[in-house]
Amino acid sequence: MDLDFTPGEDTFRAEARAWLAAHVPATALPSLETAEGFAAHRDWERELSGARWSVVSWPEEYGGRGASILRWLVFEEEYYAANAPGRVSQNGINLLAPTLFEHGTDEQRARILPAMASGATIWAQAWSEPEAGSDLASLRSTATRADGGWLLNGQKTWSSRAAFADRAFGLFRSDPAADRPHRGLTYLMFALDAPGVTVRPIGRLDGKPAFAELFLDDVFVPDEDIIGAPGQGWRVAMSTAGNERGLTLRSPGRFLAAADRLTALWRERADPHDTALRDRVADAVIGARAYRLFTFTNASRLAEGGDIGAESSLNKVFWSELDIRLHETALDLLGSDGELADGDDGGGWAEGYVFSLAGPIYAGTNEIQRDIIAERLLGLPKGRR
Amino acid sequence: MRFLLDAEQTAFVRTLDQLLAAADTPAVVRAWSAGDHGPGRALWERLAGTGVFALAVPEEYDGLGPLPVELAAAFVELGRHAVPGPLAETIAVCALLRGLGDRGPAKEWLPRIASGEVLVTLAPAGSYALDADAADAVFHVVADGLALATGHGPVRASLDPARRLARPTGGEPLMSGPAVRDAVREAADWASFATAAQSLGTGLALVEQTVAYVKQRTQFGTAIGGFQAVKHQLANALLGLEFARPLLYGAAVALAGGSPGAGRDIAAAKVACGEAAYAAARTALQLHGAIGYTAEYDLSLWIGKATALRTAWGTPAECRARVLAG
Repeated sequence: MDLDFTPGEDTFRAEARAWLAAHVPATALPSLETAEGFAAHRDWERELSGARWSVVSWPEEYGGRGASILRWLVFEEEYYAANAPGRVSQNGINLLAPTLFEHGTDEQRARILPAMASGATIWAQAWSEPEAGSDLASLRSTATRADGGWLLNGQKTWSSRAAFADRAFGLFRSDPAADRPHRGLTYLMFALDAPGVTVRPIGRLDGKPAFAELFLDDVFVPDEDIIGAPGQGWRVAMSTAGNERGLTLRSPGRFLAAADRLTALWRERADPHDTALRDRVADAVIGARAYRLFTFTNASRLAEGGDIGAESSLNKVFWSELDIRLHETALDLLGSDGELADGDDGGGWAEGYVFSLAGPIYAGTNEIQRDIIAERLLGLPKGRR
Repeated sequence: MRFLLDAEQTAFVRTLDQLLAAADTPAVVRAWSAGDHGPGRALWERLAGTGVFALAVPEEYDGLGPLPVELAAAFVELGRHAVPGPLAETIAVCALLRGLGDRGPAKEWLPRIASGEVLVTLAPAGSYALDADAADAVFHVVADGLALATGHGPVRASLDPARRLARPTGGEPLMSGPAVRDAVREAADWASFATAAQSLGTGLALVEQTVAYVKQRTQFGTAIGGFQAVKHQLANALLGLEFARPLLYGAAVALAGGSPGAGRDIAAAKVACGEAAYAAARTALQLHGAIGYTAEYDLSLWIGKATALRTAWGTPAECRARVLAG
C-alpha cells in the first residue's frame, strides 16, 4: 500500500502546472451561467484543447493524451489549485463522452468527440421532466419512428447549461407498450436550435439562467444520433449515471483547492479564539483529504480491472455535502461581506455557495443515493420510497 | 500508486477475524469488565501468536515491525470484535521504547510484548492508565521523564465497562530529557493511530450488527430495514466510516514513510474514525430501540467502546486543532 507517484506522473504534474501557470486568466472569467461568461468559458475550452489539456484521459485521436485515471486526478488537482475557470463543457465530457466510448459507434465518436473536446459543441443534459425527477423511468417525452430517424415530442426541464448550449442528450419513450417503465426508452441526441425546439431559460436560486426548460414539437433526429439500440436507453444511460456520481463529475482536486482557499481565508480573517469556526475549517480540510484518499482507493481498484458500482453513491453524497459545508464556512468567515454576490471582494464564495446548493439535488438526489447505499451496499430490503 | 491492502494483508485480516469470531469476545469482555482478566490474557496470547503485537516491535527485538499498515488493518479487527485490554497503549509503549536512546528498556520489554508474555500499559502525564490492574508493567509519564509505576490508585469505571482506569503511583523516573520527551510525543501519536483503527472497527461492527437487526426486526408487518428513515440513518453511518477508512490508511502510509506530516495525518484519521464510530453507535442505539439501551445485550459493549475511544488519545477538538496547525 502506497501513495507514491511515478517519475512520469510527477513530470506530467509539473507540465500541467507550468502550462496552467502561464495560461490561466489572471482575473476570473464572468460567471459561466451568463451569456457573456458562457462565451468566455467556451474560448477557454478552445485554449485548453489547443494544448491538449481539455480531455487528458481520452485517446489521442479525439484530442486527449490517453492519460490514466491517476494522471487525470493529478491534472485535476493542478487545474483547481491554479484557480482555473469552471468547465462549461463538463456535461458533454463527463456524461455523454463516457456513454459514447461505451455504447457509441466509431462514426459517432469521430463526429462528436473532437468538437466536444475543443468547446466547438457544448452539450446540455435533458433527463428530467416535469413529472419525472428522481423517478426518471416514468418519463413521458416520446420518440416516434419517422423516415430515416425519430420525431421527439414532449417537455424536458432542469436542463443544465441548456440556455446557451448547442446540443442536448437524453432519454425518450420509444415504446409506450413496453411492460416496465424503464423498458422502451431510447437514448437520443439533438440540436437545441433544431426546428421544433423551444428553449426557455430558468433562473436558478440567484437568478442566473443555469438551466432551462425544453419544449419539443416534432423535432426530427436522424438515426445516426441514437446511442445504443432503440429500447435500450435505460441501460445506456445508467452507465453514464454511474460516471456522473462516481469518479468523474467532481474530482478531489476541486475540494482540495477549495479547502486550501478556505484555510487561507481562516488564517487571514478568523478570530483565533473562535474554536467552533476553526473546527469547521478543520473538517473541510479533513473531508477534502478523505475524498482524495477515497478516490485513490477507487482508482487503484479500477486500475486492477475492478469496477465502481453502488460505491459511487457514497462518493456523490460525500462530495455534495462537503461542498455545501465548506462554502457555508467560508461565508461565515467573511462575516457581513459573505452575502456579496458580485465583484471580487467576496472571493467568489457566494457564487460557489449557490452552485454547491444544487449538488445534493442533481445527478440523482442524495435521498436516492442513500437508498442505493442502504439496499446495495448494506443489503437492506427494498421498500416503498 | 496502489492504495489498497495486498493479498497477504487481506489474508492476515481474515485470519484475525476468524480467530476472534470463534473466541466469544463478548464473554471475554464481560469477564474483563468484572476484573477477571484470565480469559482476556488467554486471548491476548493467541493474538500475540498471530503476530499482532510483533507488528509494533522491530526485528532486532524479535518483532516484525514497525508495520503501520498491517497494524491499522489488525486494529480495525480488534475493534470490530471489541477485544478488551490496553491495545493502543501497547502500541504506544512499543513506540516509546523504540524511540528512547537507551536500548536497555527496549531489550528488556519489547521481545516479551511481541510474544504476548507481558501485558503493558501507559499513562499520559497526569492521566489515568488503562488496565493498570491487569498490566505487568505500567509506564507513566512524569514531568520530563518516564517512570515504571509501583502501584495504582482505585480502579475507576468508564463509559466502556471494559476500560478500567487507575492512576499510576510510585516509581523512580527511568529516564528523562529531550529524547524522552520526543519519544513520549511519538508514542502518543502511535496510540492515537491505533485508537483510530480500533474506533473504525468498532463502528463497522455497530453497523453490521444493526443491519442484521433491522432486517429481522418486524413492525407494522414488515422488516423495519425497509423503511427509508431507517435506511438513511444506516447509509449515513456507513458514509462516515467509509470516508474515515482512507484517512486511517493514509496515516499508516505516512507513518511507514516517516513523513513529517504524519502527526497531522494521524489527527485527521483519529477525529474522522472517532466521530464516525460514535455516529454509528448513536445510530445503532436508536435503530435497536430499547434493547440497544440494555447492558445485558451485547451491542452495549460496542456502544460503550465507541463512546470512550472518541476522546481517548486525542479529543476531537485537539485533533482538529492539530490538522490546522500546519
